Amino acid sequence: MKAPTMIRSAVAAALFGIALGASAQHDLTIVSWGGAYQDGQKEVFFKPYNAAGTKLIDESWDGGIGVLRTKIKGGNNNWDVVQVEADELEIGCDEGLYERMDFAKIGGQGRYLPGTTHPCGVGAIIYNLVLAYDGDKLKTAPTGWADFFDSKKFPGKRAIRNGAKWNLEVALIADGVPAKDVYTVLRSPDGVDRAFRKLDTIKPDLVFWKSGAQPPQMLAAGDVVMTTAYNGRITAANEKDKKNFKMVWKDTPWTMDSWVIMKGTPNKAGAEKLVEYLGRPDNQAKLPKYVRYGVTAKDAKVDASLMDELPTNPAIHNQSFKEDPKFWIDNGDKIAERWTRWAGTK
Amino acid sequence: MAAGRRVALLAPLTGFLLVFFVAPLAWLLSLAVREAEVPRALPRTLAALESWQPNEPLPTGLFPAFGRDLIEGREAGTLADAARRLNYEVNGVRSTLMRAAREVGSADAATPLDARFFEQVDPALASPAFFAAVQRAKGPVSAFYLLASVDLVRDAQGRIERAPEANRIYIDVLLRTVAISFTVTVLCLLLGFPVALLLTQVRDRTADWLMVLVLLPFWTSLLVRTAAWVVLLQREGIVNGALMKLGVIAEPLTLIYNRTGVLVAMTHVLLPFMVLPLYSVLKGIPPHYMRAATSLGAPPPTAFVRVFLPIAAPGIAAGSLMVFILALGYYITPALVGGGADQMLSYFVATYTTDTGNWGLAAALGLLMLATTIVLYALAHRLSGGRAVAMG
Repeated sequence: MKAPTMIRSAVAAALFGIALGASAQHDLTIVSWGGAYQDGQKEVFFKPYNAAGTKLIDESWDGGIGVLRTKIKGGNNNWDVVQVEADELEIGCDEGLYERMDFAKIGGQGRYLPGTTHPCGVGAIIYNLVLAYDGDKLKTAPTGWADFFDSKKFPGKRAIRNGAKWNLEVALIADGVPAKDVYTVLRSPDGVDRAFRKLDTIKPDLVFWKSGAQPPQMLAAGDVVMTTAYNGRITAANEKDKKNFKMVWKDTPWTMDSWVIMKGTPNKAGAEKLVEYLGRPDNQAKLPKYVRYGVTAKDAKVDASLMDELPTNPAIHNQSFKEDPKFWIDNGDKIAERWTRWAGTK
Repeated sequence: MAAGRRVALLAPLTGFLLVFFVAPLAWLLSLAVREAEVPRALPRTLAALESWQPNEPLPTGLFPAFGRDLIEGREAGTLADAARRLNYEVNGVRSTLMRAAREVGSADAATPLDARFFEQVDPALASPAFFAAVQRAKGPVSAFYLLASVDLVRDAQGRIERAPEANRIYIDVLLRTVAISFTVTVLCLLLGFPVALLLTQVRDRTADWLMVLVLLPFWTSLLVRTAAWVVLLQREGIVNGALMKLGVIAEPLTLIYNRTGVLVAMTHVLLPFMVLPLYSVLKGIPPHYMRAATSLGAPPPTAFVRVFLPIAAPGIAAGSLMVFILALGYYITPALVGGGADQMLSYFVATYTTDTGNWGLAAALGLLMLATTIVLYALAHRLSGGRAVAMG
């Protein structure tokens, strides 16, 4: 869910003065990922919570454990509740950047789907990195990653995220590795090489995206015939801009963002109350209307009309596989160097 | 008296710069050589390794000390930082160390913390290569990040060698940064010189209006301008659309997410920095110099090259240097309109600062960039015959 850091930092710098003035008189600051997603969160969570009497300010960021580390170690942390990605959850928890999550205070472990709770956080949304294409432009529909890597059958450029995460996984799947074995193969000595070799086969046709907003733009502009994309963005483009983008869900990685409470927040009780509110099933059930991401409360009754493109729909969920943040925490540094080298040479 | 007053007048600015610029900069750059994480988290392990050489068997007493460090480092919250630092050299050791700390913490007191214990957690934790990396990170300073910033690593024996080929990045990126900056400077000069010349030759009112046109992009946000280029240059964008309507091309050109896009957008963004210093110098050249040269028999090209250009040289030098040095530090524009092979050094500094939090490498790359800038500036100074190449 990364958006270009620089845009955000520029906006943040512009808003700096305002934030300074405002930070003095509020109770809590919640930080999410901006864009259409945060607009939806505002309607569903933040505005009603504000109306109920807590002065809540929402800010946005675009990830990076370095940002959180600086906040905590710099001793000037002004964030209370933050939505983080899976690897940030693990690393930050190890480094003591977050408070331990006291589930008794946020509705109990049993309220949430299995696998969505963590000693330091609780799941916020579940989303997939899908294969997307423009149904109006592509005559034959691609059916999986093998087609994504088949530039004979589907000539033209394709876009992938600029970074190794998820690209190595889908390359292996296209190379015939079953989705459930992807991380086993990646951990084996030849695994990463094999993924890069597969990526080499379509390298001349690749372009890279950085922010989640780019893939639908690239599809709309006709820059690419296929792209990887966050599922919510594709649905949003179809609904807002009347596009006919299609998604392939088979063997796509899913991952989860989590809510964490920043270490040493002066209002821990307030932050826990807020996280409890964010986790209430009836509140969560309202989110997919705004952005099609899966929610984590077991009893969230999502409107049936929204289930078609929802990552937690069993029909979708059962054909996708879970991203393994541990693999990326351990190997991310080295692979990132290799990726940079690979992406930067012809 | 006069000197005293000068000092007094400069004191506030000097003080401001020292406190808010020089000191933080020095602190940040010092991160490139400091090694604090491992000595803070693993003091006993380092003591046990004091006289150990990487080709000898591991010293006795090492593993119990290591175990103690893991327990206390985990409690004190210092272990995660050390694990991250060691993971840069020994790939995969980050979560292995954290897991080892958990297992040591939950082992009952009778379990001996020896080589076999750690081998069971992960063979890497009992290997000489791992402890050699620990030893190299013992601090207080090391060249690890500096070496990494020029694609060098140390092998297990501590000898310096080149990084594995797949991981060599930064020399390429540095050369690319210099090449892009140089090309942008030349393009700015080619486009900016006629504009600056025109500005000096039209009536004042017209010149004012033209100047506004030059300055308009200068006053527009960098991001807005860059985003506008995305709209113009994309495959179904205005430029491709117009060219196809005119029948110049049959297929849309790839103008964005590659080097072309970067050069176009950066040249546009930096053009005012070339035009303004050029204009200020060209304006000072009396028009009758050229007339005099022609009346003495020089054909216009000769008069231009032998008379006009030498007087304009300081303006050209100042504008070029300004554009070149500003271009060296660019990252927003290449990040938005460039492809993977067009990212410049600052992009990596930014990534390592905020994304991955590898401040040591960010600082080392910053140093590399600063050093490059100084060397190139000195070279320009030298080539201009020692005459001051001033900015603006």
